[in-house]
Order: sequence, then structure tokens, then C-alpha cells
Amino acid sequence: MDGQVILARLTAAFGGRILETHDYRGDHSAMVDRSAVLDVLEFCRDDPALRFDVLMDLTAVDYLKYPGREFGPRFEVVYHLYSLPCNHRVRLQVRVEEDEAHVPSAVGLWPIANWFEREVWDMFGIRFDGHPDLRRLLMYEEFEGHPLRKDYPVNKRQPLIGPRI
Amino acid sequence: MGVGGFFTGKLDEAIGWARKYSIFQYPFVTACCGMEYMATACSHYDVDRFGAGLPRFSPRQADVLFVVGTISHKMAPVLKRIYDQMCEPKWVVAFGVCTCTGGFYDNYATVMGIDTIIPVDVYIPGCPPRPESVLDGLMKLQDKIAAGTQRY
Repeated sequence: MDGQVILARLTAAFGGRILETHDYRGDHSAMVDRSAVLDVLEFCRDDPALRFDVLMDLTAVDYLKYPGREFGPRFEVVYHLYSLPCNHRVRLQVRVEEDEAHVPSAVGLWPIANWFEREVWDMFGIRFDGHPDLRRLLMYEEFEGHPLRKDYPVNKRQPLIGPRI
Repeated sequence: MGVGGFFTGKLDEAIGWARKYSIFQYPFVTACCGMEYMATACSHYDVDRFGAGLPRFSPRQADVLFVVGTISHKMAPVLKRIYDQMCEPKWVVAFGVCTCTGGFYDNYATVMGIDTIIPVDVYIPGCPPRPESVLDGLMKLQDKIAAGTQRY
């Protein structure tokens, strides 16, 4: 299915809860309101015309001091969906403020979201409500802070053993 | 030199000769350098010519620790424990530029050279090092083993 048709179908089903849509060289994205994200994801998975059965990626972006994004929500959580039977893709984005950095968990829809969300929590410090086991995935438990945040000091080292530089 | 010193010196030489041709390595492979390590170990370059052809996957049976690949801060305590589990005499080879200095990984995750954690005998730089430089490093290690004072 063509990406424009996918976006039109999402907008028709959810109206104002799809905040904006974007299309550039065949990549189609939809900005979703946080309260609607689980409904939109479930619709994408179960709708007989969309059939997005694979959550290809779930990641986040830190827009701190990003040109043109100085104001407004700091983080964006990004979902990449793919449909094996229909061979089409779509990207969903959710904007998240820094002081309330949490999003509903998608583990109930795709089990793979478990580790994706643990990684996002580890690297960006965004919490996922309803996640069964939200621990760090890559860094060690003793690690303080979230290294992919733009305000994590570039020279900060936290070795477990050895010299503390 | 007395007669006793002569015999101890000759015994040292004999044991050094035996040790340098019976290297049992423990390959601590964590990253892409492992492919080059495998190329060196296989028949084309044939590390067995130097008596180092039998990797032991238990640190208690090995006497050379090959650290092959990037070591992260999360992995560092494991590497230290492996080193501590090896019996004397033991040697350490830093294989690849990540283990020598951290390489281009100057970031929150990577150890800046394994010599900040454990002592290193031979450094083999390269990203990854070619098998020829690995064999060169191995021969340097053999010279070091043979030249050192033997404890037995």
C-alpha cells in the first residue's frame, strides 16, 4: 500500500490525535499524541489493510539545542513498523517532555519491544509505563545517567575497575 | 661463574626453549579482531608452526592470554578475573589497537587500553592487525619468554 494511503487511513481513523504527517522521498511519518500511541500501534497491527506485524525498531531522539527545536518537547520516541504480508512501512513519532519522560509500553503488542524499551531507558532515560522489567540493557547497574542524552558530559567516565580518569 | 651457576643458566635456557614452543593460549575474543585471530590460527598462516596451535578455553590450563577486541567497562571485571585465574608463569598479549589504547573509541563505554587493568607483555597494533604482524608479535613474545628468568 502506498505510504500516502497509510497516512490518510491513520488520519481518518484517529483525526486530531495524529498531530501531523510527513512525507519525504518515500518515507512516511506520523506524529502521534502520547495518549493515543497504544491505540494507533494496535490499529496499525490489527487493521486488515495495514497489517503491520513487525516492530522493526523502537528508539528515541534527543533534540536538546537542535536548531529549530530549541522550544517544545525535548525527546521523541520513534517506532518503525513493517508489514511482511503487504511489504510497506511507516514511522510513528511521539514527542515527550523532559520533566515527564514516559510513554506507554508496547510490550503487550510486540514482545520485542521489551528489549527496545529497556535500551531506550538505558540510553535516554525515558520510562515506559507498564513495562514488565525496566532495567538497563547495555550499561551496568552502577552506571549513573543516560549516555546518549545530549547533556551527558562527553568526557565523563565511570569505570568499574581501574583508574578513574 | 661457578659450576652451579653454569648449570642453572643452562637449565634456564632449556626451560625457556621448551616454554616458548609450548604456548597454550586463552583467546579472550570480544570483537572484530577475532576474525583476524582465526585467520592467523588457521592453516594458511598456521600459528601451530610456533607451538601455539592449541587454544585452551579454560584460563587455568592456559599460559598466554590473548585479549582480542574492544574491552568495555562492563567487561573489564571479567577480564581481570580471567587473568587472576591463570597460573604462573603467564603472559598477556594485547591484540589490536582497541586493547592497546582504546583505539578510536574515546567514549563512555570503552576501556582506554587493557594495561590500565592488567599487565601486558606484547602489544600488537592494527585495526585489525594483519596475520603477519600477529606472527611478529608472537615471535617477540617467544623471545621474551626465552630470555626471561625461568621460575619453576
